[in-house]
Amino acid sequence: MLAKAIHSLSRIGDELYLEPQEDGLALRSVNSSRSAYACFLFSPLFFSRYTIPLGHAFRCKMAIKCVQAVFRSLSSLEKTVEKCHIELDGETSRLTFTLHCKHGLLKTHNLSFQDSESLQAVFDKESCANMLRAQPRLLVDTVLHFPPSLEEVSVSVSGERVWFRNHVDDEAEQSKAMLTELCLSSDEFDHFAVGAQTSITFCLKELRGLLVFAESTGLPVSMYFDEPGSPVVLSVTDSVLEVNFVLATLSDDSNLCNHNNNTKRARSPPPPDDFMTDDIDSYLIAMETSELAGPSDALAPRSPSSNHTLTTQPSAAMRSLERGEEEEEDTEDTERPPNKKFRSLFFGSVCPSDSQLTNQTIKSQEVLASDSEDDTQASLP
Amino acid sequence: MPLSTQSQTGGDNYVLVASLDNVRNLSNILKAITFKDHAIFNATPNGLKVTVEDSKCLQANAFIQAEIFQEFTIREDSVGFQVNLTVLLDCLTIFGGSTVPGVATALRMCYNGYGYPLTLFLEEGGVVTVCKINTQEPEEPIDFEFCSTNVTNKVILQSESLKEAFSELDMTSEVLQITMSPSQPYFRLSTFGNSGNAHYDYPKDSDMMELFQCTKTQTNRYKMSLLKPSTKALALSCKVSVRTDCRGFLSLQYLVRNDDGQICFVEYYCCPDEEVEED
Repeated sequence: MLAKAIHSLSRIGDELYLEPQEDGLALRSVNSSRSAYACFLFSPLFFSRYTIPLGHAFRCKMAIKCVQAVFRSLSSLEKTVEKCHIELDGETSRLTFTLHCKHGLLKTHNLSFQDSESLQAVFDKESCANMLRAQPRLLVDTVLHFPPSLEEVSVSVSGERVWFRNHVDDEAEQSKAMLTELCLSSDEFDHFAVGAQTSITFCLKELRGLLVFAESTGLPVSMYFDEPGSPVVLSVTDSVLEVNFVLATLSDDSNLCNHNNNTKRARSPPPPDDFMTDDIDSYLIAMETSELAGPSDALAPRSPSSNHTLTTQPSAAMRSLERGEEEEEDTEDTERPPNKKFRSLFFGSVCPSDSQLTNQTIKSQEVLASDSEDDTQASLP
Repeated sequence: MPLSTQSQTGGDNYVLVASLDNVRNLSNILKAITFKDHAIFNATPNGLKVTVEDSKCLQANAFIQAEIFQEFTIREDSVGFQVNLTVLLDCLTIFGGSTVPGVATALRMCYNGYGYPLTLFLEEGGVVTVCKINTQEPEEPIDFEFCSTNVTNKVILQSESLKEAFSELDMTSEVLQITMSPSQPYFRLSTFGNSGNAHYDYPKDSDMMELFQCTKTQTNRYKMSLLKPSTKALALSCKVSVRTDCRGFLSLQYLVRNDDGQICFVEYYCCPDEEVEED
């Protein structure tokens, strides 16, 4: 199962963040544009033996391809591996995977890792207005109808039904576009709780990663979401494992622009600014990253404003990641005191509109974010 | 066999004639040593030996005994020539590579001696193809001077387990390190790649281990690029013998069973990488 988790994470991002915690081993990954985050939390019960060094919290990250290579062939793993021993050696900076296989074969992989910041997306499943839970088979079959090349999928819910359709780029040739729509009724789901009619659009590729994992384990997948622009949380849980995939969603009526707007820097929290009180009614995911002795800043700081095309493309939705103040009205639980962290926020700008089912309309959008970003940019060391 | 008369080759002048009912018994083995264009063929009354070399550091030999052939006639003690192996293989597989049960391509290979081309007659389902491949002066294969008396460590393994290890080997590593020792770790393959190192340990009492004779602890490194072609031979084989001698030269011998269940051998000799660390 560990191998499947790693393969699943590899679909999200290029790096695997490993953090042994008291409540289990957390494996996380985030994609380059920070629009998708996944976390696999294996409780200590999953392991036959789980010991973590007391006190000193440890985090590391490594290229996910390397770890994948250790668990390369899933089918042969199941047949041949009897025991897997994972050991972290701080002095030599090596993470050792020892696989005890059939016929006495011992495979030892010593992988080097980098110290990293803690990667944690803060989100609150409970406060989401809508929640669906289904057997993975249902979702897999649904997704099967869409071509593998499809980037984004739109999910619309009403009181009784769910629609899945492919999201067509405005820029794409209308004549060549093929729209596929699939409708599922509420009784196909294990749990169907819809607060309000909404429609969200998110990236399918990352979802597939989760579905592959869920299907192989047979565990039901839960989907928590709110309005467009606010992230969708897909979750698979059982007694020894908790998996959360957090994907950003498109705001209403625009194209997807993936911007890598991650600006990670040290020190002081950004000063309060006004943008939160503007008409953004979208939910925010706060990505908390606290800086440790992390020489490896894998994601280079980039000025968000340079990536904004919003001002020039009125129809483009912007999903940007930036530093900002923690929204007071958010109910997320934060794990560390605010004055030690800086965070990158993850949100979509949304026009306060109720036209939530039209994905095609072109509207001009208020560029709410860029101003504030400029502010925060300027004020930071 | 419908290929009884060949007037084109000047019938009586051949020095070597070899026939096979199923050409795959030859082509499959040759595929296992095809990493360079040219191969040195040496036929003796015992059979056929095909040698391919790379940069004077690696040598692969395939042995197909005379008994494998339905007909194997040789008029001299030793017949040698060099041909382009890629071209030869293309000809041998000219009817396509796929196996349809019951249908086999038959081969008759004739060689008239020095200066003459190698003539191949291939037949399948009544269709005959004649190929003539130009031969060249055979080079002398390197003698790695690997003799049994100098062998310090020898291990015979079932290919299954090695296949798995080789398929997972970290290719970013420039070398493959082989450690053989009478004590722990008995037989270890190690790679040192970008992400770290990996070790594959085979204990001496594993059921995959058929023979374990190690007298001295030896660690040798071999260039990964040189050993990579040997994986083709490994894939075909059912058993492998790994031997190292006192100089650190590596000998890999693969026991291959062909379609008809007959046994052929493929051998790889590799010289160690410059810096040899001794345990």
